[in-house]
Amino acid sequence: MNRSGLTLVGRVAAPLVVGALVLAVWQFLVSVVGVSPYLLPGPAEIGEEWSENSTVIREAFAITGTNAAIGLLAGTIVGVLLAAVASWLGWAEGMVGPIVAGLAVVPIVALAPVLNSMYGADSQYGRRVVAAIAAFVPVYVNSARGLHQTTQLHRDLLHATAANGWQRFRVLTLPSATPFVLTGIRVASSLAVISALVAEYFGGPRGGLGSFISTSAATSAYARAWAYVGAAIVLGLVAYVVTVLVERLVQHRLPTGAAT
Amino acid sequence: MSELTTTSTPAGTGPADGAGSSAAVSARGVTKTFKTRQGVVEALSNVDLEVAAGEFVALLGPSGCGKSTLMRVVADLERPTSGSVEVFGKSPARARRDQDYGIAFQQAGLLPWRTVARNVALPLELHGLSRPERKERVEYLLDLVGLSDFAGHHPDQLSGGMQQRVAIARALAEQPRLLLMDEPFGALDEMTRERMQAELARLSVETGAAVVFVTHSIPEGVFLADRVVVMSPRPGRIVGEVVTGIARDVPRDDALRQDPAFFARVTEVREVLHGSPVSSDGRELR
Repeated sequence: MNRSGLTLVGRVAAPLVVGALVLAVWQFLVSVVGVSPYLLPGPAEIGEEWSENSTVIREAFAITGTNAAIGLLAGTIVGVLLAAVASWLGWAEGMVGPIVAGLAVVPIVALAPVLNSMYGADSQYGRRVVAAIAAFVPVYVNSARGLHQTTQLHRDLLHATAANGWQRFRVLTLPSATPFVLTGIRVASSLAVISALVAEYFGGPRGGLGSFISTSAATSAYARAWAYVGAAIVLGLVAYVVTVLVERLVQHRLPTGAAT
Repeated sequence: MSELTTTSTPAGTGPADGAGSSAAVSARGVTKTFKTRQGVVEALSNVDLEVAAGEFVALLGPSGCGKSTLMRVVADLERPTSGSVEVFGKSPARARRDQDYGIAFQQAGLLPWRTVARNVALPLELHGLSRPERKERVEYLLDLVGLSDFAGHHPDQLSGGMQQRVAIARALAEQPRLLLMDEPFGALDEMTRERMQAELARLSVETGAAVVFVTHSIPEGVFLADRVVVMSPRPGRIVGEVVTGIARDVPRDDALRQDPAFFARVTEVREVLHGSPVSSDGRELR
């Protein structure tokens, strides 16, 4: 009891202590050593900017967060469905593979302006599509691998039990793939946030975290730019933590241990 | 046990008792070849096997003798290259679709994300049995294998023996008249194995199902079966069989394991397996 209590305290305290230490060293570098503010403003300054602009930051957080979330959702749905169809048809897998590999390396700098002019300058859709494409790739790749995880033993069993194709997919193939799909979504969550942010650099409506980072930096408001960067980091962490929690929840309901 | 009679019949003896379509399994001239990189391997060569309804037959032999392949052909998991197989007078594919047989493998093959109860319910679920009927049947089956207290557990919380019992309950779910078992106790420790053998013997009496039981353990085959069919590799074929003469209603317990008649049958099977004195057909066994 005592031991586990200590461990719990340690688990919470250790990162807090490290965080406080980093902030202290950072502030020391800026105020005493004199690191130039356009390289790195001090944490106190950034905190000030954060509280002064808290309303704008919150709105920007919501805009970028919504774009990332919609992109993640769309990318996940398309990724899982396409992987399912490809593995179902077999021959389609080899056709889709190169396209996905190509999509994975399309630079946002090329894609975002095209989509922005496609959907119009006041539309968020371009950014959502960018986030969706970024999220789609890891979801598809992991799902496609997950859908190949059934064992010969289980396939024999379902064949002997006279299961039809759809039943085999529902009862065996899909549950076997679930851990892989979840891993794909976890990777995709960070990518969707980054892509939604970066897409804001290349036109479209203002108001998201990405556009504020670029305009603040352009007007030499470095501390403000860093405040927005801080909000972007929080957004990325929120996305990651949410997907980890979803993963835990599903793993709890669908344990995969000791598959004999 | 003294009235046990020794019956050692030559290989490939077809049943002369006109079992016809009432036979659980009727295989004639079954040959199965696999193409491998080393060339064509004959896993089964001209095999005849007849299993009567309610009969417990052990297929025994060393690795590579085709005993599992033969069982898989009966289960429609493999197609024979030539020859014919009938299961209750139907094609194996038809028997599979009609769920005339239940099957258990060396590995339990439970779905790890399903609870024990839902694993047992799997065949019933796939065949559209209603929820209340399913529940009732699963309760009965779990009671049959003594796992009622573990209905809500997941497979990884069970021991190997318990997992195998779940697999057997699942195989019995559709009340099959034939049970196909491929070394189901092969991965278990000796103590668990003996207990499971006794349980299987009881289940086979209670359900009245015919059993085709693949094993490489001579005592296991003799202990459980009415008839031990001995197979030999390269090519896989039947080299003889031994009728154990141990009636179905003789309790499979430790007393039987120590019975001299039991030892006599074990010796006899061993002799058929190694192709020495006992074989009465005068055929070259090697």
